[in-house]
Amino acid sequence: MIVDVLTWLQQPGLSHFLIVSAIVFALGLYAILTRKNAIMVLMGIELILNAANINFLAFSRYSTHSLDGHIVALFVIILAAAEVAIGLAIVLNIVQNFNTANVDEIDRLKE
Amino acid sequence: MTPDTLILLSLFVWFLPLGNFVLLIFFHRRIPRNGDWIATSVVFGTLVLASIILVSKFMLYQADIIQTNVRWIDFKVLHGGSPLGVELGILIDNVAAIMLTVVTLVSALVHLFSIGYMRGDVRYGRYFAYLGLFTFSMQGIVLTNNFFLLYVAWELVGLSSYLLIGHWFEKQSASDAAKKAFVVNRFGDVGMFLGILILYATFHSFRFDVVFNGIRSGIFPGGSEPWLTIAGVLIFCGAIGKSAQFPLHVWLPDAMEGPTPVSALIHAATMVAAGVYMVTRTFAMMTGDALLVIAYTGAFTAFLAATIAVVQTDIKKVLAYSTVSQLGYMIMGLGVGAYTAGFFHLTTHAMFKAGLFLGAGSVIHAMHYALHHQGDHHTDPQDIRTMGGLKEKMPITFWTFFIYTLAISGVPFTSGFLSKDEILAGTWAFAQLTGHTLIPIVAFSVAGLTAFYMFRLLILTFLGNHADDNRIQYIHESPHVMTIPLIVFATLSFFIFYSFNPFSAAGGWFAQLVKPPDFVVPSAMAATSPALFAETVHNVHLPAMLLSILVAGLGILGAFTTYYWKKIDANALAQKLAPIYKVLLNKWYIDEIYEYVVVNGTKRVSTILAWIDNTIVDGIVNGVAKLTVILTHGVRHTWTTRSIPALLYIVASALLSLYLGWEAMLTTLPETSSPMTVIQSGIVGVVVSALSFFLFYGGVGGFDAKIVDGLVNFVATLSGVLGLLLRRIQTGKVQTYILWALIGVVVLFIWFR
Amino acid sequence: MMRESIDVYTVLFYFFVSITLVSACVVVFSRHIVRSAFALLFTFFGVAALYVYLFADFLAITQLLVYVGGILVLILFGVMLTNKQINVDIKTGTLHIVPAIILAAAIGGTLVGIAWSNPWMVLPTSSSVKTTAPQIGELLLTTYLLPFEVASMVLMVALVGAVVIARREKNKKETTRDS
Repeated sequence: MIVDVLTWLQQPGLSHFLIVSAIVFALGLYAILTRKNAIMVLMGIELILNAANINFLAFSRYSTHSLDGHIVALFVIILAAAEVAIGLAIVLNIVQNFNTANVDEIDRLKE
Repeated sequence: MTPDTLILLSLFVWFLPLGNFVLLIFFHRRIPRNGDWIATSVVFGTLVLASIILVSKFMLYQADIIQTNVRWIDFKVLHGGSPLGVELGILIDNVAAIMLTVVTLVSALVHLFSIGYMRGDVRYGRYFAYLGLFTFSMQGIVLTNNFFLLYVAWELVGLSSYLLIGHWFEKQSASDAAKKAFVVNRFGDVGMFLGILILYATFHSFRFDVVFNGIRSGIFPGGSEPWLTIAGVLIFCGAIGKSAQFPLHVWLPDAMEGPTPVSALIHAATMVAAGVYMVTRTFAMMTGDALLVIAYTGAFTAFLAATIAVVQTDIKKVLAYSTVSQLGYMIMGLGVGAYTAGFFHLTTHAMFKAGLFLGAGSVIHAMHYALHHQGDHHTDPQDIRTMGGLKEKMPITFWTFFIYTLAISGVPFTSGFLSKDEILAGTWAFAQLTGHTLIPIVAFSVAGLTAFYMFRLLILTFLGNHADDNRIQYIHESPHVMTIPLIVFATLSFFIFYSFNPFSAAGGWFAQLVKPPDFVVPSAMAATSPALFAETVHNVHLPAMLLSILVAGLGILGAFTTYYWKKIDANALAQKLAPIYKVLLNKWYIDEIYEYVVVNGTKRVSTILAWIDNTIVDGIVNGVAKLTVILTHGVRHTWTTRSIPALLYIVASALLSLYLGWEAMLTTLPETSSPMTVIQSGIVGVVVSALSFFLFYGGVGGFDAKIVDGLVNFVATLSGVLGLLLRRIQTGKVQTYILWALIGVVVLFIWFR
Repeated sequence: MMRESIDVYTVLFYFFVSITLVSACVVVFSRHIVRSAFALLFTFFGVAALYVYLFADFLAITQLLVYVGGILVLILFGVMLTNKQINVDIKTGTLHIVPAIILAAAIGGTLVGIAWSNPWMVLPTSSSVKTTAPQIGELLLTTYLLPFEVASMVLMVALVGAVVIARREKNKKETTRDS
């Protein structure tokens, strides 16, 4: 059993990347769930997007020989940039309106 | 000019008006003059493009059908059948090229006219935006090669019609008319939708050619031929709604509440013709029975509307009923198999009817101005009884209106004569071939009626003396932006643009371009063979033409004797024929019948349902409650007074309890009884009888107080506690909700492991 | 005996994996938001290195340029702009930690389990490793032309939208004039 694990560790393959991605995903999820600060929530989202990208590229490398996964990852990066820009603008607006960046204190649609 | 270029051009024609809409709906306040010049010039640009398409189609690709397809949705192969998907595409055949030009021409001229007519309107920019939306939607109907886009564009057209009828939505009647148009059209569209679904379920494609080829190769919806008839008639239901045919024609006259140029564009020339256009598109798949339905619907509508138009006094209402009548004519023409004639009449009618409406708009504009100057706000500027004698003051409007009237009446040398003559000959030939003689009789009488009411309108509006001597001095001709479209439409109402032979369209470019498609339905089900039909039409053409001239002449003569020379007193005639006059004046009471049957019927059913709910359902519920109360109170009463009935009740309940115990004992006793089982059953019996006696005797009051109330209180407490718990969960915090959602995800993970 | 057979490639792989995971943990568990933001830099860097391991050179460069050069700077700006006005300490609070830990562990564990146990289809990799940039460029201008153009539209709309949203408060008094 231990020998199996060790040989598995010796040859990084598809599942290694998937596991790293799963851990990063879980960490991002945790950040989204627990952090009060909206910017921390945004960081959690970035972690999750990165985890997804690792998966796309891993499958593109090991399971197909096409570059479609690369393209999708590229679009994910593009959308992440747009999302962060908008997200931060919203956070700034919220800070101006509510005087806080904590998502749990923002519970009204209108001030 | 390759076919690809034509497709590209048609895309421009299609989408440029949409650009108008988007630009004007958002930015009309920031553009000088609210952007009317942009909208108008863009639509004139599309007119140029459409003419290029028509000419190159005529010159280069006369026999070709230019088509392009995009696979929009691909469902792959589902359930082992043939591949499912939705294809969108453009189809430019001769009919589409002609229709494209007609729509852009009318739309462009209406845009131009509106600049004058709508000047100073509160929602001037929005009006032009909606015109753009309408033109875009209409081109969608024209250019599509499949039922899917057809339906989408169909509904978009309905929407823009709704928006434009309700343009002056402050007026209650206008917003009501808009709603009526929308709702009435839905009735027809449901049928069309079902028809399309039947076809898609059978052929797994929305494309016209795929469906037609499928039918040609012997595949029928539902496996039987009557289903094809049903599908055809259902699709025709859409045309009944949009083209205002008999059961659903009621919305079109009311739609005259919209601005007059809109009536010209949508409710005379293009949108209402969409139904006719759709029938020409699906003509090939119509079975003989379906075509017969279509023919009779058209004939009846033509007759109904023509008789109503004779007595109307509102200038636009007369034209509206005339439109319904002429649409019936086209539908009838298609129904009898005169495909070319039906579509030809659509084209010529679009020209002179748009002109008629614009002319009416010019008159209303002038009347409105005059009444406004007089300080008269009560007289209706659309009532022809308050007009008369406008000929001298508005020469251009009069002469153009005169030409349109000649055209619609079917006087020789006009376009209307050519097309109407073709339809009449078609009905005659149809009657000869199949024996349906009612259709040509109706068709010829409607031709006479049309000439009569149109000249009545012309005489009452323009000839004679004006109703008010004071007012006539304020009347003046409309500005150039309004008269130029009138002149263009009047020019296009002459025969020369359609055929060089003033007495027959058969040799003209139109007949050369528009040839009836081959029926795809088996010959046994098709009405007649096109070749035989064409030959019969050729034979009856001359007598039909002479008869139609005669009938039109009679109608015109009648109108002049009655309203110009006043040889016949119209009012006396109306009194003499009071019952008929009243029926006609009230539009055959169709609105009233709908009010009575549909609206009141719904109310009646609702009342009955409400009565059932109130009396029977509630009665049972209340009755049970009351019975319980009576029983309980009665028992309590006897219990407290210890009267004879109380004793009786106790004795009776004791006996009943004993009986129940005995029954319980017997049922629990097994087949093979031993002493132990007998004792057990005896105990059960005793317990049951004791319990029931307790319930009867002391429990009736106590049971209610203790157990029932206890249960109710328990439920209340439980829900209270649950509510408190749930309130703890509902924090209003986003992350808590994410948490719960994720818990759901995990549960799904485990569930579908 | 096992150790000798591990090559540099594998060692470096685990090095980058550990950089990624440790810095991600710092991002998530640090109570100091600036520290989190800087740790995020290392996470992005580690992920970019993993991209290189996946033969995605172009994506790795893009990751560095866009994430490290763009997004991270934006986030830091956000941190500075938002915390200045509110409170002196820029620590952030947390809420419902226990259910979150259970959930994140459950989902992460499930994913790890799937990654570990599922027999993935693995094609034999081609021996020659080429640079991907030309092929990606070709794909973007042929098969993926429409999404590519749409993405450019999205970016522009996001840019304009961000400016509009972020500046709304200051313009409120001025906009009343021209509306």
